[in-house]
Amino acid sequence: MPPVPTDPTAVSNAPPARRPLRLPAIGPLLGLVLLCIAGTLLNGEFATPDNAMNVLTRTAFIGIIAVGMCFVIISGGIDLSVGSMAALIAGVTILLMNKLAPLGWPPVAVVMVGMGLAVLLGALFGLAHGLLITRGRIEPFIVTLGTLGIFRAYLTYFADGGAIALDNDLADTYGPIYYGSLLGIPVPVWVFALVAIAGAVLLNRTAFGRYVQAIGSNEQVARYAAVDVDRIKVLTYTLLGACVGVATLLYVPRLGSASPTTGLLWELEAIAAVIVGGTALRGGAGSIGGTVIGAILLSVISNILNLTSIISVYLNAAVQGFVIIAVAFMQRRRP
Amino acid sequence: MAKPGVRVELRGVVKRFGLVQVLHGVDLAFEPGRVVGLLGENGAGKSTLMKILAGYEQPSEGTLAVNGRSLCFDGPRAAEAQGIVLIHQEFNLAEDLTVAQNIFLGHEQRRGWWLDDAGMRKTARGVLDAVGLQKVDPNTRVRELIVAERQLVEIAKALSRQARVLIMDEPTATLTPGETGRLFELVARMKADGVSVVFISHKLDEVERITDEVVVMRDGHLIAQQPTASLTRAQMARLMVGRELADLYPLRREVPADAPVLLSVKGMSVPGWAHDVSFEVRAGEVFGFAGLVGSGRTELFEGLLGLRERSAQRVALAGAPVLPRSPREAANLGLTYLSEDRKGRGLHVRFGLRENLTLMALHRHAKPWLKPSSETAALEQAVREFGIRCGSLDVPASSLSGGNQQKLALAKVLHPAPQVVVLDEPTRGVDIGAKREIYALIRRLADEGRAVVVISSELMELIGLCHRVAVMRAGRLQATLNAAQLNEQELIAHATGTH
Repeated sequence: MPPVPTDPTAVSNAPPARRPLRLPAIGPLLGLVLLCIAGTLLNGEFATPDNAMNVLTRTAFIGIIAVGMCFVIISGGIDLSVGSMAALIAGVTILLMNKLAPLGWPPVAVVMVGMGLAVLLGALFGLAHGLLITRGRIEPFIVTLGTLGIFRAYLTYFADGGAIALDNDLADTYGPIYYGSLLGIPVPVWVFALVAIAGAVLLNRTAFGRYVQAIGSNEQVARYAAVDVDRIKVLTYTLLGACVGVATLLYVPRLGSASPTTGLLWELEAIAAVIVGGTALRGGAGSIGGTVIGAILLSVISNILNLTSIISVYLNAAVQGFVIIAVAFMQRRRP
Repeated sequence: MAKPGVRVELRGVVKRFGLVQVLHGVDLAFEPGRVVGLLGENGAGKSTLMKILAGYEQPSEGTLAVNGRSLCFDGPRAAEAQGIVLIHQEFNLAEDLTVAQNIFLGHEQRRGWWLDDAGMRKTARGVLDAVGLQKVDPNTRVRELIVAERQLVEIAKALSRQARVLIMDEPTATLTPGETGRLFELVARMKADGVSVVFISHKLDEVERITDEVVVMRDGHLIAQQPTASLTRAQMARLMVGRELADLYPLRREVPADAPVLLSVKGMSVPGWAHDVSFEVRAGEVFGFAGLVGSGRTELFEGLLGLRERSAQRVALAGAPVLPRSPREAANLGLTYLSEDRKGRGLHVRFGLRENLTLMALHRHAKPWLKPSSETAALEQAVREFGIRCGSLDVPASSLSGGNQQKLALAKVLHPAPQVVVLDEPTRGVDIGAKREIYALIRRLADEGRAVVVISSELMELIGLCHRVAVMRAGRLQATLNAAQLNEQELIAHATGTH
């Protein structure tokens, strides 16, 4: 077939295009490195393997949620409810496990059922968010602001205002999920790493990931380009819900209880990790690697405050807040 | 309103967007009290030149002088202060504000600390009467106005700014002949008042009717500046295109008598936009849709793709009755659509070329993992086949010129290998060279046995390309004309209802 007038030199002859500045990609990493150097200089205990593992283990919960949040934000959405969702999932799974234990089930089986329920519940909550947002045509901000209140209120109601504690035998069986380690690396860190790798592959190497970026970049263009926008959006919220479930199943054995303060402000930390990691809140583009670094960076700040006495630990959230604003300032788009 | 006239002069104006140069040293002067018709194909640089004049863009080189004094506008407000006002083709009205609030937006009248609403309403009433909107209450929200009324509100807004140089970009595209007549009376009155008016239009009969002088631009150069009376319409068209029109359009090949019907639509309605429309397109046929802006052509096809609520007695693709519920389903059935709105619906301008090209047929490159090499191969092939000129394959779509973006958008909707393809304004904002290539491509698509629907506001394009043209007016299909019956007068008559 005769092609349209063709210019064989079209590609090679033109002047090389300027590559877009890649600063946003290395910015968070640079910040993390500088922070670690500062930490090492300020306190000798900072640069020990024990402390490093401690920081990573604490990062795992927020980090896993942030990976899911990254998909939602790239698609142009938001989920404010993840902290409350984690609290309710923790409460409900503990209640269920406590009910199952007296039935004579082996503790391991009970814990397995509890963990499965955590992920399932998270996915169902996410699915509900997705359907309300797409079918119900309600802003994600509003939907998840509503469920933020609903989830936490139900937990408080189930806990009768106090705490729901896990049965002691079960706590012993469940303990290693948080406290155990494999090849010298704590289990939560392994799970965090696996979730992050799976997230990165999903975002960059599958059609789903491409659609998520296309929707966040311009929803209309995606719709006209035969992308099933509603289905992809529902999937991102479901994925985030499942991530919250995974984070919660790691968190439950840590304290063995759920209370109205469980997961408080996790939504802020998860969203902050995504933003600090270089993903724009308006959606369209972002990276899982950046998100992981963002999450680690935030917990390194709190770790350094704990180890040193230059700034009061009570100001931890304030320092994180300043970092978020500073990062957003540096990443703002030039007009 | 008897203020002194303003003489505006552009000297050696050059404009570049990145690597693309759209204006090549334009010298032009506008005298007070004259109406100038600015002609040129899409992409000739008319709009850019006028945006520079009205302060929306800054020239890369060259200067601007008002009454002999060199000036540099840092924004439209600076130009407005000199009395230069541009009325955009796409309206700049805040839909949720009232007519009066829009007219005074950014120039509110005040009484002390408070807004003087009563005073503004009174002034608004005056300018609305002047443009013939006696029936429109200044308290009406712009959202509730029809398109023609919005156009007139824009003009009223310019009047309230005491415009001494008024630039109108295709002001009659959405007006009926009666409304157009009223607008022209207004232009005559302003001219008598010493206002210079720049009138951008593709309708040469209107240019002939109201302008004193014609300025023709082509590919960023000023080609001609002559008194209107010294030119015929055919001469104007030739100056715009720069060659005989016949060269632009490849030869039409007859559709074989036994060619199967690939798209058949019976009794399709889109509430508020299209009513009971029926047509058939056969393999190898280029089927055009003509009509004024707002006649429901785009909305009809958005309905067909499931992007709008619609109903139909029967829709069949390649003989099989179906009514796609979404663009995805349509693409799976072999029907794709190129939107008229390239930036808003056609391309992800911040995405790379590869990601744009493969988006509609990603399943071909993801099994289940996306293969960058397979996508790159597809892009290399598309760059060759569609003649997309780009600095490198790794640039974002926004760095391409309008014509090359359009070729990329075409390559994208053709990537799923559709049997029926709907192209909405396929050459909008594209230079003449790219136009030729796109016409050749459309012809090739038909010759390969596809059914091609072309929606266009450029009548010459429809006449040059199509085997048959359907004309829509106010949501109804007025007539379907064969190639032998196609001419501008006939199309305009059906489109405006003056047949």
